[in-house]
Amino acid sequence: MIDLLAPAIISCVVAFAVVFVMTPPLIKILEKRNFAVKDVNKKENVMVVRPGGPAIIAGIITSELVLYAFFQMNEILAILITTSAAFAIGYVDDRKVMGGWFKPVALAVAAIPIIALGAYDSDLAFPLFGTVQIPALYLALIIFMIPITGNTINSIDVLNGVASGFMVIASFSLSICLFIVQNYEIAIVSLPLGFVSLAFYKYHKIPSKIFPGDSGALTFGSMYGAIAIVGGVEIIAAVALLPAVINSFLFLSSVKRIVEHRQIKGKPVEHTDDFRLKATDDKKAPVTLVRLILARGPMSEKQVAFAIFKLAIFSGILAIITAFMMGVSI
Amino acid sequence: MKSGLFGFLFAMWVLIIIGGGILVTILGPISIFGFGELDLFITSVIKAIVALVLVVIWIFILLKIKNWIFKKELKL
Repeated sequence: MIDLLAPAIISCVVAFAVVFVMTPPLIKILEKRNFAVKDVNKKENVMVVRPGGPAIIAGIITSELVLYAFFQMNEILAILITTSAAFAIGYVDDRKVMGGWFKPVALAVAAIPIIALGAYDSDLAFPLFGTVQIPALYLALIIFMIPITGNTINSIDVLNGVASGFMVIASFSLSICLFIVQNYEIAIVSLPLGFVSLAFYKYHKIPSKIFPGDSGALTFGSMYGAIAIVGGVEIIAAVALLPAVINSFLFLSSVKRIVEHRQIKGKPVEHTDDFRLKATDDKKAPVTLVRLILARGPMSEKQVAFAIFKLAIFSGILAIITAFMMGVSI
Repeated sequence: MKSGLFGFLFAMWVLIIIGGGILVTILGPISIFGFGELDLFITSVIKAIVALVLVVIWIFILLKIKNWIFKKELKL
């Protein structure tokens, strides 16, 4: 355990420092190229640059390479390749508007390195009841998991700071859970995700100076999914991600098909005169997490973001309880 | 609303644990014999079908819980 301390500290410092230092010049470059979009939740005509994905992936690649120098594990390579592929998919979507099916299908392909490198255990572990062996079914689970986690984080990237702030809470909860189930090496491999998210949150929090874009959100979500698979904590990871899962579930159950947000006609949320957020009564609009939070009355963007963070903390606690329950059998 | 969302989260968590119990105790032990080399394949197909049915039931229950918790707020 002690011999893991140095790699853990070095990789976390590298992860945080790379994103913290690289994001301001990235903002300047994006401003120069006029890669900016209107922040729709601001009264004034505020333009915010995107995507922040290049800074995020740089932090992840450098920190994971540092860890690979210490432990030559296939699991690290699998996480790196899958996450980098997810970044590339997101970057294509940032530059060119792709169809609703592009991201799920491309992310399913991005999951293949995990299978090719054999960086998984086909036993699926459940709290209280033990494990179930599903060798063939587990391959399908891998293929489905990366698109689900990637798109789930992407779908929650709707307000200033929410995607990165949510990722800070979910990924640190997952790291704590990995320590609880005594998977120390993967716990350390997972830590850079939390530090990268934390460094990016500094620039993404309200008022945002940069948006992560699809490249940033898919990078966050896919790395989270890859860690869950190689760490054998799929169920715990799903629990920590529940608020974002609810958002996707509500969206899909109301829209009843896979579509891009930009293809939706109805608006789930509108603004009051003082530019607070308010749920609409539009029957064509999808039901979303933000719409449910706002159902009892208007709130500021910051209040909604903190409401989502409280839900994330609640699910993080449930995930930690689930991790403790993994050691108990009935 | 917020307490409703916390309740919905908790309900999802309980469903995950119960679903896990069903998978481990019922789905896990299923094995089919008598088809030679196809035994593993047929077993996997049956497990996949049962798992899909469970997922559909899980989504149906979640929709019912969602409508029950949020029926006042979702006037849709």
